[in-house]
Amino acid sequence: MRFVIEKRNERSKRMQILVPLVSLVISALLGSIVLLFCNANPLQTYAAIINGAFSSPMRFQYTIAKMIPLLMCGLSVGIAFRLRFWNIGAEGQYVMGVIGITWVMQFWTWLPAPLLLPIGILMSFVFGGIWGGIPGALKANWKVDETLVTLMMNYIAIGIAEYLYISAWKAPKGNMGTVKYPEVAWIGRMWGKIHYGVIIVLILVVVLYFVLYKTRWGFELNMIGKNSEAARCQGVSIKRNIIIAMLISGGIAGLGGGINSAAVTHCLTSGVNSGYGFTGIIVAWMSGLNPFISVLVAIFLAALQTGSDALQITMNLPSSMSGVLQGLILLPLLAGNIFIDHRLKIVNKKEVI
Amino acid sequence: MEKIPVVELKNLTKRFPGVIANEDVNLTLFEGEVLALLGENGAGKSTLMNMLVGLYRPDEGEIFIKGKKVDISSPQDSMALGVGMIHQEFMLVGNLSVAENIVLGLPDLEIRPPFAKINKKLIELGKQYDLNIDPTSIIDNLTVGEQQRVEILKLLYRGANILILDEPTAVLTPGESKELNKIIKKMLSEGKSAIFISHKMNEVLEFSDRVQILRKGKSVGTRETSTITKLQDIAKLMVGRDVLFSLEKGEYNPGDIKVEIKDVSIEYKKSVRPLLNHINLQVRAGEIVGIAGVAGNGQQALSEAITGLRKITSGSININNKDMSNKTPIQIINMRVSHIPADRNKMGIVGDMSVGENLSMKKYRTEELSHHNIINKALIKIFANKLINTFTIKTPTQYTNAKFLSGGNIQKTILAREIDSCKGILIAVYPSRGLDVGATETVRMSIIKQRDNGTAILLVSEELEELQMVCDKIAVMFEGRIMDIMDTKDATTEKIGLLMAGVERGEM
Ligand SMILES: Nc1ncnc2c1ncn2[C@@H]1O[C@H](COP(=O)(O)OP(=O)(O)OP(=O)(O)O)[C@@H](O)[C@H]1O
Ligand SMILES: [Mg+2]
Repeated sequence: MRFVIEKRNERSKRMQILVPLVSLVISALLGSIVLLFCNANPLQTYAAIINGAFSSPMRFQYTIAKMIPLLMCGLSVGIAFRLRFWNIGAEGQYVMGVIGITWVMQFWTWLPAPLLLPIGILMSFVFGGIWGGIPGALKANWKVDETLVTLMMNYIAIGIAEYLYISAWKAPKGNMGTVKYPEVAWIGRMWGKIHYGVIIVLILVVVLYFVLYKTRWGFELNMIGKNSEAARCQGVSIKRNIIIAMLISGGIAGLGGGINSAAVTHCLTSGVNSGYGFTGIIVAWMSGLNPFISVLVAIFLAALQTGSDALQITMNLPSSMSGVLQGLILLPLLAGNIFIDHRLKIVNKKEVI
Repeated sequence: MEKIPVVELKNLTKRFPGVIANEDVNLTLFEGEVLALLGENGAGKSTLMNMLVGLYRPDEGEIFIKGKKVDISSPQDSMALGVGMIHQEFMLVGNLSVAENIVLGLPDLEIRPPFAKINKKLIELGKQYDLNIDPTSIIDNLTVGEQQRVEILKLLYRGANILILDEPTAVLTPGESKELNKIIKKMLSEGKSAIFISHKMNEVLEFSDRVQILRKGKSVGTRETSTITKLQDIAKLMVGRDVLFSLEKGEYNPGDIKVEIKDVSIEYKKSVRPLLNHINLQVRAGEIVGIAGVAGNGQQALSEAITGLRKITSGSININNKDMSNKTPIQIINMRVSHIPADRNKMGIVGDMSVGENLSMKKYRTEELSHHNIINKALIKIFANKLINTFTIKTPTQYTNAKFLSGGNIQKTILAREIDSCKGILIAVYPSRGLDVGATETVRMSIIKQRDNGTAILLVSEELEELQMVCDKIAVMFEGRIMDIMDTKDATTEKIGLLMAGVERGEM
């Protein structure tokens, strides 16, 4: 007897629903083993995660607030991935976005106050866009491998940010962080911790869906991603589209940074590289690059984070445990995706001579 | 002598979403015989054979090999039973060497394969069958003909004695086909048996002992090849209607020069000789200029230079009296140039997009299918259905991904898109490759119809017969040069043959 993995003729609809469910069960089992080793009751712990993410209005608000930048980064990465451009630099583009808005807030003080926020947000898009556009242009013109470039540019961006908030732009008081943005230029709160950025990101989801699925440009991106040589023969410029897509991809990640700092942190300080850019890769991947599904995935991942962060307090678990649990939950989910396109067959070897 | 069946397929049925590819098919292959499997594009030939080698699982029916019922669930299983297949689309890994490709997927391969030993065995096998392949060369550097020989070497190395050849000569030049056919004959003379799929009637007659015909997924009968007297008879059995084998053509009435190629060269670093060497050529409105020549002598480079896919290093290309040298593909497309590319899967279609979308890939940017940059799905639907009907593309629906179509129907999808969008200039490279006799006829007719409507057409083909039937003028290419251009009535087979082999006109 042996196992064979066979490609399905079609993506299986049933599996698209079944796989996440079964994976979740497996994740839970794996997690339980680890938890038992730590002398924690698995059932209680899982209940605590769910509670931690949703049980009170405040926690729910916290989850949604986390979802906003995460979703932005997911959308950003999703655009690049459509072209099979492996942008793993959303983290750096996000950080550049924060730098962009902080620059406006701190030094463009001659602007009339009501303009600070819109121009700051725009600048975060521009900064992120440039940070994404550079690897795009390198790849388009000289075929420089984008994975390495985008990855390295993350660390450059983080380094610049550190230099700025520790020394060059540091506020006179304290030992790190820039001056808080003027209060008139903050993004307001809608309900508790949930701020108006949620509206911006949801509008972005709809716009992106429309652009990617309904327009000529979306059609071209689809062609390039699925067979770039054929796209070229049909007159689609690969170079131009890679650069444009990366400007937009980086721009959206930067926008995520801009919005989050205008609404939550109000300055550039340590913790700006919070990992949204990296988790965004998972959002894009798990959603199959679909903006609407990205919303659900982003909520799920944000809940997982807020929920497991709460474990420290409620269950008295070490803080690193939340990371372990998050990883354990994601691993089977990502691995299980293979069964959407493939099926496992058990073959009885004896029948074949 | 009693005939022993080596392969028996009993009541095989295979359904795909929206199509029954094979329905209740029976097939018997006897020891030492060649069975030709015929049928129009999409009749289910490849599917049937893919079940025999374990790429697809039959929904119903049984497979017997040498009298024993078998369950074949992977190519490894069929390999163990001595069944080997050459697929319609090459299955080689481009950046690996010949030897690496051949041992790839062998079940009992060591972690570090002993390549010295393997290479030696390959060289021996190569000698024995006149294959003439260096096991260490990289696949991407080989011509299609050489790649096809690698496929054969693979079968030999793996010890297959039941051979399945799915259109092995479709992508080969007449010369290469002859070579290949010789090799296949040699293999058969050693008692191997074969199932042979081809749309080329002369090969079928030359090779096979028996023919079996599939139509719309069902077997419609078998014949002894020796009892077939007229080509038309099999053709009719295959497509279910009479095929003409000759074409009506309007008066030759050339107009303005549409494409003018002046002293064009393409230097290519790696090779000694340039890809194109001072080419001069004109194509006028209402005229079909054919390019004859063994593949790899610059025909593809020429078509890519005209369509903006490849840069020229000197000379100029004028289209509609404008200098269009080294312009981008979209600028050329906007000059109303259509292009049927040489490699249908790599350049012609996007396999993971639907047939409808593939058909729209030229016109999605025009007002016909979109407005203010927004694509109108409803218009695409009507447009795609129209093309599917006029070009009789066999597909379950227009929403089916193009990669699921049969080889010939993929080709028809490209033809439909390019011929439909053609307004003035058409560059067609091997347009009838892989098409069944009926579809070939239709394609040639539509090319002629375009010409009669005033289109300037450049037709690259390896089949002299096709060129002589369709073209007004024929140019012969050899090593990147145009050896001669002549009127079709002067282009005898012998003369073209000599030019193709590089014999100068003065030396004839
Ligand atoms: N993997 C698949 N998924 C869905 N449909 C398929 C698949 N493979 C083949 N088909 C369908 O099955 C039918 C038969 O296809 P097949 O490739 O066997 O034809 P064929 O006789 O080899 O044609 P050709 O001469 O063009 O190569 C076609 O209608 C094709 O669209
Ligand atoms: Mg086929």
